[in-house]
Amino acid sequence: MDLQFVLGIIAFVIASTLRAATPLIFASLGGIFSERSGVVNIGLEGIMLFGAFFAMLGSYLTHNPWLGVLLGMLVGGLVALIHAFVSIELRANQVVSGVAINMLAMSSTALFLQKFFHTTGQSQAVTKIDDWSLPLIDQIPVLSDAIAHLNPLVYLAIFLVVTANFFLFKTTTGLRIRAVGENPDAAATLGVSVHKIRYFSVTLSGILGGLGGAYLSLGAMDLFKENMSAGQGFIALAAMITGKWNPIGAFLACLLFGLAEALEGQFQLLGLEIPKQFLHMLPYALTIVLILGVVGRSVAPAASGVPYEGRK
Amino acid sequence: MSNPRSPITILKESTTKLLFPLIALGCALILGVLVIAWMGGDPQVAYWHLFNGAFGSLPKFGETLVYVSPLLLTGLSVALAFRCGLFNIGAEGQYIMGMIAAAWCGSAFTNLPFWLHLPLTMLTGMLAGFLWAAIPGYFKAKFGAHEVITTIMMNYIALHLSDFLVNRVLIAPPGTSPVTPIINASAKLSNLLPPSRANTGIFIALTCLILVYLFLWKTKWGFEIRAVGYNNEAARYAGINVTKNLVLALAISGALSGLAGALQIQGVQYRFVQLFGFTGYGFDGIAVALLGNNHPLGVLFSALLFGSMNSGALQMQSVAGIPKDLIGMIQAIIIFFIAADYMLKRLKFKKTIQSTPLPKEVQL
Repeated sequence: MDLQFVLGIIAFVIASTLRAATPLIFASLGGIFSERSGVVNIGLEGIMLFGAFFAMLGSYLTHNPWLGVLLGMLVGGLVALIHAFVSIELRANQVVSGVAINMLAMSSTALFLQKFFHTTGQSQAVTKIDDWSLPLIDQIPVLSDAIAHLNPLVYLAIFLVVTANFFLFKTTTGLRIRAVGENPDAAATLGVSVHKIRYFSVTLSGILGGLGGAYLSLGAMDLFKENMSAGQGFIALAAMITGKWNPIGAFLACLLFGLAEALEGQFQLLGLEIPKQFLHMLPYALTIVLILGVVGRSVAPAASGVPYEGRK
Repeated sequence: MSNPRSPITILKESTTKLLFPLIALGCALILGVLVIAWMGGDPQVAYWHLFNGAFGSLPKFGETLVYVSPLLLTGLSVALAFRCGLFNIGAEGQYIMGMIAAAWCGSAFTNLPFWLHLPLTMLTGMLAGFLWAAIPGYFKAKFGAHEVITTIMMNYIALHLSDFLVNRVLIAPPGTSPVTPIINASAKLSNLLPPSRANTGIFIALTCLILVYLFLWKTKWGFEIRAVGYNNEAARYAGINVTKNLVLALAISGALSGLAGALQIQGVQYRFVQLFGFTGYGFDGIAVALLGNNHPLGVLFSALLFGSMNSGALQMQSVAGIPKDLIGMIQAIIIFFIAADYMLKRLKFKKTIQSTPLPKEVQL
């Protein structure tokens, strides 16, 4: 194998890694905001599915994929608002509520598909978001193939990682979110409204989850498929745990998962005889391995999953 | 119970326990009416076919039993884990492993008498589910890895593993389609109510229901499991081996889901056919357990409810033209209400409200 060929493969793997990591990045950022404020959001999987469907629908109706993305984010936020209401106001078991959201997403997107497109399985093709071509960088040989021709949502994901990190650790609101997730009583004593912060964070997590879903249907593909999130919402949560509830950490974990997915295609190219089913298992098995590696060292926000009862 | 409770107290308690699931069901069905109307259907016609499709004739009822029987077991499986404070979202994967293991055992042995082959195949399915659940159980006990994430991941791994096994290892000759060989007659369960696919597996499921009840409430082991679920720390203080109980409860829970898969092969499908997605029985089991308040008797009723809905949905879809996904939606809404029910219990516990004016937030 000559150098050119190897560099080509490396560039290709980097690009595929970034693409595969993008929906995970959005969703894990969503998970971080929700859990940092003290609400477990296992419904992210379903929220992504909702986001994917409505983004596709928006693009289909308006022929403008960006409006589709907005619709996906909006619906994601609304669904999260239900979760917020049930978890915060009704003080429900947050995992159970999340499971309900996932069930709701599976069945209702299938139902909507039949209502709007009179079909099952997958929708027709819609206008997708075209890849960008970054000026200057696309002149540099290997780098060009690796990072210059990606979907704008990929760049947005990376941008949001930095933004979320700043927001969470350098702003007052970020501090309040973390305070409410660690010790709601103390935060309340200082005049922070625990409920408001939690509503805000959970809704934000839904908007980000919806954005992740929108990438699935309009960035990676140009249509909606039933159950197309395929566990990525859960993998995103695993990335969040692995990344210790930090945007940067979660980003790195997402890249690792993206790499696992990108390698799926490469093993065959390199002539390695691994049954494809085992490659499909890779991201899920990796999730378990990583979780085992970090637990103990990775500690969840103290009040995560505990409904706030008000000060005693 | 040291002091016997009066029948009236028991009646009152069971009414309150029943009331909330019924309210949940009612509200979900009403929301379903709105969805049917929005889909352009006639709610009355749709619900009639939903009911008629499940109970309209003896063979239809037989088909309903085909849907009820795995839900009894997966529901029981999730409920048992809940009793130990574990959320087994992995019932789906354990069910798949049970199916593929039973499909192997049912077809691999050709000369066994049925009295040996039949239970052996069931046990193989149970063992597969047992081991599949023991892995996340062990990870939980040993490393503290939360079972919610690990069991979900095990579901996907099971799906792809079964895909591999049916395509590469257990594929039936001549190997053109991804199915395992038909199991031997000696491993098949007898048919009931022909021409429906109902089979004696339902009796096995019902027996398990009773056994789990006896296990949880009448044995020391069961008591320990419930104690761990009730208060982990207190149980540890009382000298109960929490680690052992966590692994054991999740593994037994997995065995029940595995058995559900085995019975599906032995009584209904007779072979494993490549899955192109989850079967849904494991996930519905979560709903069944929650609606049934994680009690075997509750599981019986909610499995009947969900099973008959799933069965009747086919006629609703083909005759009334309402997609069967509506049922999934109704079930999801029920779970939302059940989630809110936790608050009701907590309020009752705190303020010891005995008779039930429902708290304001849940009076919908």
